[in-house]
Amino acid sequence: MARELDVGYVAQLARLHLTPEERELFQKQLGDVLHYAEKLNEVNVEGIEPAAHGVPIFNVFREDTASDWLTSAQALSNAPRQANNLFIVTKVVE
Amino acid sequence: MTKRELPALSIVEVQDLLRRREVSPAEVLESLEERINALDDKIGAYLAHDLAAALTEAENADVNLPLGGIPIALKDLINVEGQQCTCASKILGSYRAPYTATVIEKLRAHGAIPFGRVNMDEFAMGSSTENSSMQLTRNPWDLSRVPGGSSGGPAAAVAADIAFGALGSDTGGSIRQPAALSGVVGFKPSYGRVSRFGLVAFASSLDQIGPLTKTVHDSALLMNAIAGHDRRDSTSLDAPVPDHTKNLGRDLKGIRIGLPKEYMMEGLDPAVKTAVTASVKQLEALGAEVFEVSLPHTDYAVSVYYILATAEASANLARFDGVRYGHRADNVVNLFDHYARTREEGFGAEVKRRIILGTYVLSSGYYDAYYLRAQKVRELIRRDFANVFEKVDALASPTSPTPAFKFGEKTTNPLQMYLADIFTNAANLAGICGISIPCGFAESERGKKLPIGLQLLGKALDEARILQIAHAYERSTDWHKARPEI
Repeated sequence: MARELDVGYVAQLARLHLTPEERELFQKQLGDVLHYAEKLNEVNVEGIEPAAHGVPIFNVFREDTASDWLTSAQALSNAPRQANNLFIVTKVVE
Repeated sequence: MTKRELPALSIVEVQDLLRRREVSPAEVLESLEERINALDDKIGAYLAHDLAAALTEAENADVNLPLGGIPIALKDLINVEGQQCTCASKILGSYRAPYTATVIEKLRAHGAIPFGRVNMDEFAMGSSTENSSMQLTRNPWDLSRVPGGSSGGPAAAVAADIAFGALGSDTGGSIRQPAALSGVVGFKPSYGRVSRFGLVAFASSLDQIGPLTKTVHDSALLMNAIAGHDRRDSTSLDAPVPDHTKNLGRDLKGIRIGLPKEYMMEGLDPAVKTAVTASVKQLEALGAEVFEVSLPHTDYAVSVYYILATAEASANLARFDGVRYGHRADNVVNLFDHYARTREEGFGAEVKRRIILGTYVLSSGYYDAYYLRAQKVRELIRRDFANVFEKVDALASPTSPTPAFKFGEKTTNPLQMYLADIFTNAANLAGICGISIPCGFAESERGKKLPIGLQLLGKALDEARILQIAHAYERSTDWHKARPEI
């Protein structure tokens, strides 16, 4: 399975540009990690429920009421680009 | 008491001086500032510390509160309004927190003063703090070695007496392992015991905030401040919070301690094995009964951890898109380029590696084989602990298989670095609590003393019991009193 990892393709999925050197290095290093993880195939997991958390947590509900949170000035305080109280984004529609 | 000697004290000792009005909160802060300025060039623990802002808070400090006037350093991933919160990443290099984490509100309500942002592996991913994109942090016991990670800044600062105590975070050992390598106390609360609201997320089902301190009692005091339910974190547990100091001073009669036979494995450093074996004998001498127990799925914990933690990280780090906060690439040609180059420029190598691994194990065709299977083995690991905790109150083991290693020793081989967490990962997978306390020293080839940590694990929400055992051990030994020569 580890041999099936295609770092270049996965980097596209992750929206992460890598240099050719990084691609090659990660291919080798992550191949080793996945090879190590293949030992999980030894474990009999038939009938075992997957655990998403260490402690059982079920849906948590609260009253659907409005409360104070960040002001728009606070929310925009770290924006790389902004104007008119809005985030400026890169063009989405051609 | 001169100002020069103040920083060497524990929180309990400083508190006593503050309450007797022998020192003022401002003097405590100034003494710390003086020592940071004198020493931190060598250690590299602090990324920032704003004395003026802290002194303003100190003006109103009520020394009669449980942590009144005590400065606490923060791993640079906990949000405090107006302060930086870089996660030691270039992508958050110019970020200023617009809100405050629940743990900080709670610390302040107990009188503590958040003072200083300390170094870490980028986004808490690493076991040596070498993945910080800001600076190197050195182990105060041997400056040629790492302090551990990812909470290497908090551990080194406490070990070097340039912080009385600190908050770190532990996703797979990131409090306990650096505490062990730097010779301080590090406590990981049970999952859900402490609110994660305002903690920058790495792996949400594993992350917990906890204290690093000079003594067990100090950790108990910090736990009293930060523990408890928070409606802003839906995974925080709505369970009564005990006084974490209530069992301190009790002996260990009737306490049953398990030794997981799988943890005394090949490859364990001989000095670590000797020190941990001796500390277990010491626990017995203090009245505890010791049994060998088995955690049959131990060998799988690192694999499960690195699949689940990277999967969760790849999702959590998707928020760094260069739109609402953080770094944004210039001169992009389209939206894909905007994302891909923003993230290329902003993230360091280990973060990129983990995003790739996490994205892969969640991707179509591999989800069942890796992610789902890992979640099932996680359940088996959880059951291993549930089974042994029917027979024993705590488990004792080494915290780390080796003492502090040298810079560069493991950076070219990520798998070797991941195996540094072999004894700590499982506790996060199972959601239980654990502590690392100083239990001896190894000696480096240069004749430097290298601290060794004893790990004690307890069942979920049994923090007060683990603190009791750790405290009884600490009280009967002198390891925690040793200080590095810097």
